Parts: sequence; structure tokens; C-alpha cells
Amino acid sequence: MCLAVPGKVLDIEERDGTRMATVDFGGVVKEVCLEYVPDLQVGEYAIVHVGFALQRLDEESARKTLALFEELGLLQEEFGDPWEAAAAPPEWEERGPGAATGAGAGAGAAPAAAVGDGVQEAGR
Amino acid sequence: MKYLDEFQNPDLARRLLDDIRSTVTRPWALMEVCGGQTHTIIRHGIDQLLPEQVELIHGPGCPVCVTPLEVIDKALEIAARPDVIFCSFGDMLRVPGSDRDLFQVRSRGGDVRVVYSPLDALKIAQQNPHREVVFFGIGFETTAPPNAMTVYQARKLGIPNFSLLVSHVRVPPAIEAIMTAPGCRVQAFLAAGHVCSVMGMGEYPELAARHRVPIVVTGFEPLDILEGIRRTVRQLERGEHTVDNAYPRAVRGEGNPAARAMLADVFEVTDRSWRGIGTIPASGWRLSERYRDYDAEYRFSVDGITTREPAACRSGEVLQGFIKPHECEAFGTLCTPRTPLGATMVSSEGACAAYYLYRRLGTTPTPQEASPVV
Repeated sequence: MCLAVPGKVLDIEERDGTRMATVDFGGVVKEVCLEYVPDLQVGEYAIVHVGFALQRLDEESARKTLALFEELGLLQEEFGDPWEAAAAPPEWEERGPGAATGAGAGAGAAPAAAVGDGVQEAGR
Repeated sequence: MKYLDEFQNPDLARRLLDDIRSTVTRPWALMEVCGGQTHTIIRHGIDQLLPEQVELIHGPGCPVCVTPLEVIDKALEIAARPDVIFCSFGDMLRVPGSDRDLFQVRSRGGDVRVVYSPLDALKIAQQNPHREVVFFGIGFETTAPPNAMTVYQARKLGIPNFSLLVSHVRVPPAIEAIMTAPGCRVQAFLAAGHVCSVMGMGEYPELAARHRVPIVVTGFEPLDILEGIRRTVRQLERGEHTVDNAYPRAVRGEGNPAARAMLADVFEVTDRSWRGIGTIPASGWRLSERYRDYDAEYRFSVDGITTREPAACRSGEVLQGFIKPHECEAFGTLCTPRTPLGATMVSSEGACAAYYLYRRLGTTPTPQEASPVV
């Protein structure tokens, strides 16, 4: 929830006296309020948090961040189905021990199987 | 150093780490305030790549984690009412109250809906004029302006059936509380980048000077964090304690003036209780007097709730940096993301969840993996 995601403004319109935009977040399109960055234009990028643009961002930074978020699965976390996520077993349980990715997963690794067993027991 | 290959730009990461190594001469304890930063640090093993003398302490910067149990219970009570549509961000669904969570309230018939933006909740209120629509307004300075704007819009558009359950918190008083707590080991702060995108850096120089701590505004990508650490360590080694911006692409000195003006109009500063920590003076916002009609606590009279945290949960000590998650006896046994005792295990930004997900269970690492903190 604290995550703010860069997005590209596709179009802008006035709605109920409020400046609103449709914004593309790496393929996911959402409505975004521009009242806090009122001079943002179509084609520009901004950091968006819970449907509000908070700061303008340069295109290169925005693209890099979006690519990283996609790679880390954070876009899915932000825009995926929250009920599904809340109901589903944690990703590491579903995919089995050792599922977590990234340097930390390996670098700090406890024996993965032991952790997996612990999760299974606690889950029941 | 093999895990450096997983950085977006391993060469730059290596150069930053080399610079930190060549600068540091003695032990330093740095606190990263933002839960998103904690997640990145653990996910990329940044704490384990750092020289032994640099310790990262995880701060209380996860809004889901610090929302007090009493407020969660109020949310659950309101959400269970048949006349209410209760709207929330998705990461609050599994946060445990005293005896249930929002997910369970919904499965027992409560009309709980997840929204992407608070404006979506306002739209639901417009579409359901005969129901009360309540939005769960939690979060730091990044989330408060959207919620403030939504209440402002509700009044402007004359939508009477919308209200906000408010539990907003502010970072600078939390830094003050951490620095004045007995046993505090923190010597410098990596400040939360997106909070500063809104608030700017104006609140920090006085804090940095009074407590003689460097405060470096830092982003949340792996290289951002390494750069923040590099600048912090440089200041510490030189005996400096200034405010520095290592995230200029998203943070300007004055923050976002329009957002700050809206915050000043809709909210007023109040003492706020932090889950696991207790009350911190002037550390939160509540709706100001002229928006009191939109305050769900007043509208639904949810007073008189008494709460008790599970005795086994030590999340408060984790949030203040006194212990690492795996040092809690319940970690990974009684307390897992599926059966969380405290919110630090629920939220993806919580330190306990990050440690659990990335296998930081406190076992002895191999010499190559040796880390000063785990």
C-alpha cells in the first residue's frame, strides 16, 4: 500500500470539477487524480500513489522503476486481485520450499526444506 | 559477492559497496524508516553485502503494521454492520484484530470491498445513497493527502453517506520517539523517499541537529538504498549530521505544496497510538473540526473497545529496532504469514514478513554468507 508506482498519462479530462487522467502502469490502466500535480500533461510520467499523482518523474527513471517492479512481481501485488491474494496460501507455500527469489533468499538462507516444513505445520 | 549479479546494475552496486567499505572505520547503526526499504534490503540481501561495521535497523515505517489494534477492532465492528459498505486497501484484509479480520467479516456477510483509491470508495457512496460507506484511512504522509482530498470532495459534492475511519501517522515524531527511547542505538536515518515527495524535507534539519543524526532521504530500489547508505556512512565518519537528499528524482525540498495545503485544511495534528509501540505525541492526524461530520468514529460511536495484544508477539520491539524478527520466540512457529500474531507478519512491508519470506531465520550462515546482523 505504501508503494508508489510510476505511470504515463494517456489522457486528461475534467470530472466533477476535478482534473482526472487515465494512466498506464506498465500495461495496467487506472484512473488517477491530478489535483496535486495540476500541470501534468499527456505523455508525461508521474509517481502515483493510491490513485493520486504526487510528483512528476522523468521518463527514464519511470521506465526503469516500472521494469524493476514488474520483475519483482510488485505490479501484481499492487494491481492484482486482493481477495485472491488474501485467500491464497503465501507464494512460498504454494511454490514449495525455496520459492522466494532475490539475493536475500540465497544469502541468508536457512535450510529451505526445514522452513517449508514449518510453514506447512503452522498452516494447518 | 555473487548475489550482486542480481542487482539491476551490478557494476554500479559494486562501486557503491566498495566506496562504503573504503569509508567505514568503525561500527555504525542506521535505521531505514520505510517498510518498502526493509523489503528491498532483505530481498536483495543488502544488509549481508555491507561491511560488518554497518548495521541496518528496521524502523516502524509500515502503515499496516503500526495501525493500533483498537482501530482495527473499530474497523471490524463498523464493517460488520448491515447498513455499512466498508472499503479498504487490500493489505488490511488479513490484519488481525482481537478476534477476527476483515476477510472473516466479509465471509460472515459483511459488505467489505477493496478499492484501489479512496476516490473509488466515494464513487461507491454516490452509487449507494441509502447505505453508509466508510473508508479505512490509514497510512503515512504519502497516503494522507489522497484521503484528505476524498473527504474534501465528499463535502464539495454533498455526499452525506461517506465517512473516513482515520488512523494516519507522521514520520518526524516517530524519529523523535525513537531517538529519545531508552536504549536507542540508532545513529542515522534513511528517510522514506515517498513521504518526502509530499512533505519535503523541512521537518528534518531541526531533528538532525538536535539529535546529531544524519538524515538521508532515500528511495526504495536497491541502488537507491546503497547510495543512501553510502552518503549516511560518509557523514557519520566525518562527524556530520545534516539532511541530504539521495532521491532527487522524486523529492523536492518543498515537497508537494498542493498536497500539504490540503492536509492542513482537512486534518489536524493529534497524538496517535502506534501498534506495539504506544502513544507518540503529535504523531498523527485526525479530521479537523469542520470535517468532523465525515469522521466514522463519531458517526458510529465505536468507543469503549478494549484490546489486548497477544502476549507472545514482540512486534513492538521489532518496530523500534530493539530485536530482529527471528529473535522473537513466536517467529516462524506460532506466528507465520498465514497465522500472524501481529501486523508485522501480515503486511508485505512488515519486517517479520520480509524475514520469513526470505528465510532469515537466524541460523548460522556459512563463512561466505556471514552477516553482522543475522
